[in-house]
Amino acid sequence: MALLEIDNLVASIGETDVLRGLSLRVDASEVHAIMGPNGAGKSTLAKIIAGHPDYTVKSGDIRLDGESLLEKSPDERAAQGIFLGFQDPVEIPGVNNLYFLRTALNAQRRRRGEAEVDAPSFLRLAKEEAARVGLDAGLIKRSLNDGFSGGERKRNEMLQLSVLQPKLAILDEIDSGLDIDALASVAENAGRLRAAGMSFLLVTHYNRLLDAFPPDIVHVLVGGRIVHSGGATLAKELEASGYQAWSQAEPGLGAGSHHALHA
Amino acid sequence: MQTEVITDALARAYAPGFISDIEADSLEPGLSEDTVRFISAKKGEPEWLLAWRLKAYRLWQRMTPPDWAALEIPSIDYQSISYFSAPRKKDGPKSLEEVDPELLRVYEKLGVPLHERARLAGVAVDAVFDSVSVVTTFREQLAEYGVVFCPISEAVHSHPELVQRYLGSVVPQADNYFAALNCAVFSDGSFVYIPKGVRCPMELSTYFRINALNTGQFERTLIVAEEGAYVSYLEGCTAPMRDENQLHAAVVELVAHTDAQIKYSTVQNWYPGDAEGRGGIYNFVTKRGICAGDRAKISWTQVETGSAVTWKYPSCILKGADSVGEFYSVAISHHRQQADTGTKMVHIGPGSRSTIVSKGISAGHGRQTYRGLVRMEPSARGASNFTQCDSLLIGSNCAANTVPYIESRQPSASVGHEATTTRIRADQLFYLQQRGLNTEDAVALIVNGFCKEVLAELPMEFAVEAQKLLGVSLEGAVG
Repeated sequence: MALLEIDNLVASIGETDVLRGLSLRVDASEVHAIMGPNGAGKSTLAKIIAGHPDYTVKSGDIRLDGESLLEKSPDERAAQGIFLGFQDPVEIPGVNNLYFLRTALNAQRRRRGEAEVDAPSFLRLAKEEAARVGLDAGLIKRSLNDGFSGGERKRNEMLQLSVLQPKLAILDEIDSGLDIDALASVAENAGRLRAAGMSFLLVTHYNRLLDAFPPDIVHVLVGGRIVHSGGATLAKELEASGYQAWSQAEPGLGAGSHHALHA
Repeated sequence: MQTEVITDALARAYAPGFISDIEADSLEPGLSEDTVRFISAKKGEPEWLLAWRLKAYRLWQRMTPPDWAALEIPSIDYQSISYFSAPRKKDGPKSLEEVDPELLRVYEKLGVPLHERARLAGVAVDAVFDSVSVVTTFREQLAEYGVVFCPISEAVHSHPELVQRYLGSVVPQADNYFAALNCAVFSDGSFVYIPKGVRCPMELSTYFRINALNTGQFERTLIVAEEGAYVSYLEGCTAPMRDENQLHAAVVELVAHTDAQIKYSTVQNWYPGDAEGRGGIYNFVTKRGICAGDRAKISWTQVETGSAVTWKYPSCILKGADSVGEFYSVAISHHRQQADTGTKMVHIGPGSRSTIVSKGISAGHGRQTYRGLVRMEPSARGASNFTQCDSLLIGSNCAANTVPYIESRQPSASVGHEATTTRIRADQLFYLQQRGLNTEDAVALIVNGFCKEVLAELPMEFAVEAQKLLGVSLEGAVG
């Protein structure tokens, strides 16, 4: 059974359809990259999988471990194993970074019927992971993302990912705003987590991340559908040729994509 | 939850007239000089106190309720209120089984221990909790330090010279309509006296005071800290209290002599009324402290989550040179709650300093006003104030106002004011939910972050309870 299965998903925001029959299948330990032109629906897909309330799923299904997510709240999906690394992580003044992370971890564990992690064990774990993702010890004690630089926020997303240990990590442009060192650190940590069994869905514009953390499969998302899928080399081709060909070749709306692999 | 109790109480047909039966446990509704005499006689008060009450009553009769607050309050019929009732155990529930399950659910959420739940819900105390032994131990310990902590009705007899000297010395009888009413008919309250140079060895809490639950709607508190003394006083309780009185008009007076410090913390969680604004306590409080001596310090910290209407301005008169006044406040107005609250810092002493940090949270149709006065008298050379007023709005039907009054008659004094208004944003909520927090926990986390500076001023245990309380008070505010 696949970890994540998306069948023929049609979703809208307000009156506008943003996904128009999208199918996707991700197995355990796989790394998938979603590429596509601006406005194609890449970030939208990430938010819809996570359960963002602004979007309405009109038809199709999203399943994790065979169980439909559509009726579940964002926090239920999180506890079940979905993590969304945000493109622009919000700041929440006055809320201690580590206190928040421990609250989140224990909320998930409670929901899964697991024992809570006590403060000393958590602190050990958090410090260890913070060192791995290269987040300054001073920053982990500050308010959540408050006054963090773009790069620090992304590292903080990686810290949360390492501590929360989801089954599927959806990283929405985790590479934007990162310098070379930070990018290498993100790739290294993602590789480590993948080796331990985590799956990844990377939303990105660039090859920088994909060079350092090669995907198994690259999907081209245009007009709310996956119009083509291929191996890691597809990313290179896209970089060279752009999405123009795909945009023009886009078939009429309505029908499901015939291009998704693993169908 | 307690709606029924309160609406029932209001709906009760009030028999007119007055029965001056000294043996009675309670008075029929109505207010006159006879009422005042009855209360005073019932408590066996000395002549001077009766005269003091009567003077206040006569002043009150010539006064009118204040109308400057941004509050919509139906007019109150003061003749329809009963001004004296002995503890009415027989009216309360006999056991927890008789208590509103909603109230018990809130207790559970706040982590109130079982035996405490019964006490707070108004179940006859003796049956469930031997409060006397706790209090006795407590008092013996305090007595070793010369600290007096007792009901003010008791202090009138045990320490008459102190009560007579300080009662009304900070809040004069004619200060305002509600204070005058309180002076005339006050039921009971706390009296605290800390002798010279003594640091009170424990935090004093109404929680542990005999009669604390039946001080009634006109509570009166007086705290005196002699030279170099220190005391931290906690008023209230984070659990919602069963209460049958709709009108509350308390007075608190603090006196800090040279180098003395008084830290006064309040958690007010009276019944706020239901979501449609039915029922709920009207809370009109006058709290004021005087830093009478040099380098004296008074610090007010309040977490106001309850009551349908809150009218409250804990204030400091900074008379001593280099004296310090502080006001830290969190106020929540949810559903139809209204709060007009703030502080007054009156700088008289040279070099006196004050800090005001006010955090207002409005949700539902809640309405909230911060109203603060900073006055620099001509004598307040080099005095300084800093004010920070932050409002957090949840939803689009609530409102927040900030009304700072600044009066400076001393050019060398400095006054600083900062104000911000923010909303809980949908993207903040989604972020927290995506990490596994449910909506309520996510709101609570953001709100606690917003209030952090104020919560940090509360004594540790109180702060933890207050954090939970903020969450409970805002249940259902989002989504």
